Amino acid sequence: MNFEVMRSYLPLYIEAMKLTLKIGWIGIVLSVIIGFACAVARHYRIPVIGRIVGVYIELFRNTPLLVQLFFLYFGLPKLGLDINAEVCGALGLALLGGAYMAEAFRSGFEAVEPIQTESALSLGLSPVQTVVHVVLPQAFSVSVPAFVANIIFLLKETSVFSAISLMDLMFTAKDLIGLYYKTIECLTLLVIFYLIILLPVSILGSIVERKVRYAGFGD
Amino acid sequence: MVLSMAAELVKIEHLRKQYDDSNVILKDLSLTIHEGEVVVIVGPSGCGKSTLLRCINALEPIQGGSISYRGEKFDARSKNITAIRQKIGMVFQSYELFPHKTILQNVTLAPILVQKRNKQEAEKEAMELLDRVGLKEKCDSYPRQLSGGQKQRVAIVRSLIMHPEVQLFDEVTAALDPEMVREVLDVLLSLARQGRTMVIVTHEMSFAKAVADRVVFIDKGEIVEEGSPAEFFEHPKTERARQFLNTFTYDKVEKE
Amino acid sequence: MQALGIDVLFKGTNMQRLLLGLWVSLRISLISVAISIVLGLVIGSLMTRKNPVIKVFTRIYLEIVRVMPQMVLLFIVFFGTTRVFGWNIEAETAAVIVFSFWGTAEMADLVRGALISIPKHQYESAAALGMNEVQIFIHIVIPQTLRRLIPLSINLVTRMIKTTSLIMMIGVVEVLKVGQQIIEANRTASPNAAFGVYAVVLLLYFIACWPISMFSKYLERKWC
Repeated sequence: MNFEVMRSYLPLYIEAMKLTLKIGWIGIVLSVIIGFACAVARHYRIPVIGRIVGVYIELFRNTPLLVQLFFLYFGLPKLGLDINAEVCGALGLALLGGAYMAEAFRSGFEAVEPIQTESALSLGLSPVQTVVHVVLPQAFSVSVPAFVANIIFLLKETSVFSAISLMDLMFTAKDLIGLYYKTIECLTLLVIFYLIILLPVSILGSIVERKVRYAGFGD
Repeated sequence: MVLSMAAELVKIEHLRKQYDDSNVILKDLSLTIHEGEVVVIVGPSGCGKSTLLRCINALEPIQGGSISYRGEKFDARSKNITAIRQKIGMVFQSYELFPHKTILQNVTLAPILVQKRNKQEAEKEAMELLDRVGLKEKCDSYPRQLSGGQKQRVAIVRSLIMHPEVQLFDEVTAALDPEMVREVLDVLLSLARQGRTMVIVTHEMSFAKAVADRVVFIDKGEIVEEGSPAEFFEHPKTERARQFLNTFTYDKVEKE
Repeated sequence: MQALGIDVLFKGTNMQRLLLGLWVSLRISLISVAISIVLGLVIGSLMTRKNPVIKVFTRIYLEIVRVMPQMVLLFIVFFGTTRVFGWNIEAETAAVIVFSFWGTAEMADLVRGALISIPKHQYESAAALGMNEVQIFIHIVIPQTLRRLIPLSINLVTRMIKTTSLIMMIGVVEVLKVGQQIIEANRTASPNAAFGVYAVVLLLYFIACWPISMFSKYLERKWC
């Protein structure tokens, strides 16, 4: 293991990590927004939109991100829709993540008993006030484990971005191995950088999960 | 007090509630609640008493007839349903306090959000009401830290602080351990003494006898008998009422 | 048809090759899940021991799997082992190794959870009847944990099938790679092939995964 070599590769890896993080987190934030909207549409059975959302969720939960990206990046341009690689990456992640987040949030909603909603309505709260002040806070704590798991999953999925020529960590590692054959050094750095991206999230996630579990509201 | 001359607050006319063609819960039910009355509704399980209460509060859609408040018909889709729900308070069998809020927050949530009252003023009244039911010290606790009886008393306060004109109580002691039933019923008795309009669904017969101005007996979705507590409990007119009351009395055991 | 590139699929053996590629994905997933169940049972039970060394190692193992992208693991096994040990592993074998490594961790965690939920007196009464550890494991533990393992195994199969798309990056000819080859081969004849072919690949993965996940939901409802 040649540490000099590893040090020389560091700047490349750091650049790559920045790209991964940028596209990754944009995708994740978008997926939370999409997922939340979908969960509301599904749980409250909004006509038409609810059904479309259902189809979207099944489609994106049962197909791999890599294929989705290929379709977006190589397939859509044939119809005249040219999307640049970074946008593709974020979009693909957002669409995939949205489907997973939708399920996580929906199970949160379903954990709140209807009679809680009724009790709020009987006091005169409007439906919107009921959702904001009574349903959401309770739904949130139930969704946390799945939510954390999804974020970790989505960050791991960013490892396929190299397939659409984005110069992320995998791309950098593969490239460097191909050029200089320092396989062990490259792979070690690869592992280290993914640990840097993911370990903090995993640890933070466990802490939040535990806090929320002990705050438990049940009788 | 001549109650029939008092204002008609809630008028239920020919109410019909069914889930599908075969499952008819309420058939052609008509009932009027006057201001200042305490109406107690009794009947066997599954007869539709809770459903009736939920219809009055527009928590259930109805398939026939109408419900009006001070002469104005309403249902779940009415524009002013939130205003009407402020006038008709409801306390549930399972208390349904909001688990993520403290007792004080539970009680002041609706006054602040719905009636747009000032936070200090709402909290002041909340503390007064909590004090009257003996729960002032629990104001910063969470529902999970309270006993069933305490939670139910908070639920009643949460409903009262909205200043409703009619209070509905849906078997509010049915889920409680026997020792806690009394503390809750005492609250209801004091509310009745204050002259409030109440509609109470209950199984507690001696309580019903003490608190009711009028007893309504419902069986299989229709009103079978109606009358003063003395009339109903001592001299029931219908056979079904008699059978129902029998389920609460036992003859002394004669050893064979 | 030309405009959407779907015509390419009806040419020659293209569709056939795509389906064969799908079979490669299925094959790898099924083998890996089978291995994961067996190893998972073993390691899961080991995890219930009080031995602190085992505890530390298994915690690290589980965390690695939780945190490392499968793609990285594939690279390590495929490129790394050649360098370090001089072995020449076939891409498909590397995939099975990585997937089994992954699946075993998930299964082991589940098995451990299931085992600690089995009441202690079941072990005690079995031991009192004279059963030794292996017998207890086979007759008491496995039947009870199996019920819990099955929904997860099914769920894992779908996730593995989707993850097999990654192995095209280390050269395994699965359905996505076949798709790429078809598009390349028909560059001039059918310039819009990319749209139709990738759409079909999406569909094929969907057809492979969706029925399984529906079945899993059905089982969950039936058993709970």
